[in-house]
Amino acid sequence: MLSNIGNLLLLLNVLLSTLIIYNSHKCLNVPNNSIPKIIYQLSLLQSTSILICFFSLVAAFLISDFSLINVYQNSHTLKPIFYKISGTWGNHEGSLLLWAIILTIFSFLFLVLNNKHPKNYRLYTLIIQNLLIIGFLFFILFNSNPFSIINPAPKEGLGLNPILQDPALAIHPPLLYVGFVGSSIYFSAAMASLITNYGNGPFAKSIKSWVLVSWVFQTLGILVGSIWAYYELGWGGFWFWDPVENASLLPWFAMTALLHSLLVLEKRKTLYFWTIVLCLLTFTLSVTGTFLVRSGILNSVHTFANDPTRGIYILIFLSIMILASIYFLFTKYKLEKNYYMSANSKETFVLINNWFMMFYLLTVLIGTLYPILTDVLFKSKISVGPPFYNAVLIPFVVIFLVLMSIGPQAKWIKNKFSNFKQIFFILLGAVVINFVIFYFFKSYSFISNLIIISSLFLIISSILDITKQSEINLPRIISHLSFGFLIFFIGLNHNFSIEKDFNLKLGEIKEIDNYSFVLKELELDDHDNYKAIIGKLQVRNITTNEERTLKPEIRIYDNPQTLTYEASIQTNFFKDHYLTMSNIDRSEYYNIKFQEKPLMIWIWISVLMISFGGFLSLLRNAKNN
Amino acid sequence: MLPKKVKKRASLLTILLSVSVISVFLILNALNKNILYFNSPSDIRLKSDISTNKKIRVGGMVKKNTLKISDQEIKFIITDFKNEIIVSFKGTVPNLFAEGKGVVAEGKLKDKKYFIADRILAKHDENYMPPELKNIMKQNAK
Repeated sequence: MLSNIGNLLLLLNVLLSTLIIYNSHKCLNVPNNSIPKIIYQLSLLQSTSILICFFSLVAAFLISDFSLINVYQNSHTLKPIFYKISGTWGNHEGSLLLWAIILTIFSFLFLVLNNKHPKNYRLYTLIIQNLLIIGFLFFILFNSNPFSIINPAPKEGLGLNPILQDPALAIHPPLLYVGFVGSSIYFSAAMASLITNYGNGPFAKSIKSWVLVSWVFQTLGILVGSIWAYYELGWGGFWFWDPVENASLLPWFAMTALLHSLLVLEKRKTLYFWTIVLCLLTFTLSVTGTFLVRSGILNSVHTFANDPTRGIYILIFLSIMILASIYFLFTKYKLEKNYYMSANSKETFVLINNWFMMFYLLTVLIGTLYPILTDVLFKSKISVGPPFYNAVLIPFVVIFLVLMSIGPQAKWIKNKFSNFKQIFFILLGAVVINFVIFYFFKSYSFISNLIIISSLFLIISSILDITKQSEINLPRIISHLSFGFLIFFIGLNHNFSIEKDFNLKLGEIKEIDNYSFVLKELELDDHDNYKAIIGKLQVRNITTNEERTLKPEIRIYDNPQTLTYEASIQTNFFKDHYLTMSNIDRSEYYNIKFQEKPLMIWIWISVLMISFGGFLSLLRNAKNN
Repeated sequence: MLPKKVKKRASLLTILLSVSVISVFLILNALNKNILYFNSPSDIRLKSDISTNKKIRVGGMVKKNTLKISDQEIKFIITDFKNEIIVSFKGTVPNLFAEGKGVVAEGKLKDKKYFIADRILAKHDENYMPPELKNIMKQNAK
């Protein structure tokens, strides 16, 4: 039943998209400047039907309708309701349906909200967006159909992978997808802008809010995913340069660059070509990311589902997108009037920001793709880890932070630095604070000094900006300030983390450096869908005599049969105490990993504030237009 | 004399080009220093140019009845059913690490028979086997 409804609605959506394209195309050459009602109605109907389609899948999960393969493979009657619902998008097919929803709703909202712009520009955007929608609907219908049935229907489902049964991971995909897929709308708009020759300021205005929306959500999505990896995968850190993490970071770099170049396009009517390239690049990278994650070509912890045929389909889709982008870029782009950028102006600083973003993007892209390349070309298996990224990125981050502090104060067109004195004093302040930390707590490497000094430089400059300027740009200051804090906290966290790894038997006492550990007891706990072995570990700091009990768990899930370990984390404002326990091959020994991670919570808060800055900017932008 | 415009544009292009070349060079250079090659115990035995001061990954099965645990370290043998290598490791092993299961160890070789690991990898999936390992097993099965 639900399968039929779902399939019918998917087909209806293909039909509606085709009708929208047909009607829009027909309307292109009509001289008046209004879009006929029928297109609005079709578009609204399209959004409604894709939502109903999605809810019918949610319903199938809720009532555990195992006649759907997708439900059978990813759900179980005993699973808590919350995870039944989140299981809908926790799997490949369901998450593609989420893709289609966001594509469709953004298409509708863009049509409705951008009504001040010329008709043909809006219609072309709609046409291209609907071509994307049709591409994805075909993918869903013919390759990854969440409504495929299984006959006879099994009595019980296989259950959702336990490490996905987690609140953070329930909201992670929707957040990330609004970012990822949200970028489709400015991909379409950029194409439309090239075709209709509608560029510069008005074009920048029309997409600015959309770029901000996707950027805010992308940032949040990355944050939530990162927090999840921290406590659920038991890695105990905030970033691992795992290929799939990288896949979400690539479009983020492009988006951030775009966000900045849009300012120039809006205010100075230049960098049009470059901005268009970034619009196209962002969505292309989003699809590339999906390809990498879904095809199973990457060897990563997150690649839960993979199937080569999916990869081929996405690859074809991607190639068509890229070829079309390049074709339109070169045939439709009309040369801009020459614009001379002064070497010392805000424009130049924004451009430099873009260069840095491209450099980061290139580094991460090469690091992610290189292992695939060598595998195909030389048949040698390699992996690229954190040392590579640290070696390449860290020195550049130092310069980047300094430029990020000075750049925003520069004036458009022609700038003059008159306040060298102030810059000198800020730098001096940063150096002094750095050495205070250095002196009272712990010394660290030369490069760490540079990182901390430059991040403090950005923090102090941003704070001074609030007090100084007559007309303050609060969203910008919040985001920049938080970025400064983020790097600052990362620097301290990296240098002051303590990690102890050892094996322990029940009842055994172990002293390492100035810590003493006792595994007091092991407790067995029965839950609905899993059993847990809970360890009670007493950790004592010998110097301060501070004592705490941490309770890590080993969980044995029934459906599907999986073993996971739950880290025990105690968070306070200064540091996280983090402990994982695992049994070594059913022996009496337990493997313990204990970490003290200073300022962990502030790293998350900084990222949250970065995206909050974007949100404020969005509000302001919406108010002005 | 070239006009000022052309000169300006040429210099901009030169800067852009040299910056891109330098950055790509830096990236590739760092990449070369930091990649980890994956080897099976047989690879290690056969390759003559394997260095002992560069990190590598070794993958295979944990041989049955070879796991020895003490409170400081664990020792076991990785085998690909043709050759084997002793691995010593101090640190956390994943939950699914067990005798007779697939494993990937990361670290440095002491010599061709002895490997000092600083990281043990295994995935959170009961049926998971690293793709590298699958191929080796397939080849050896032939």
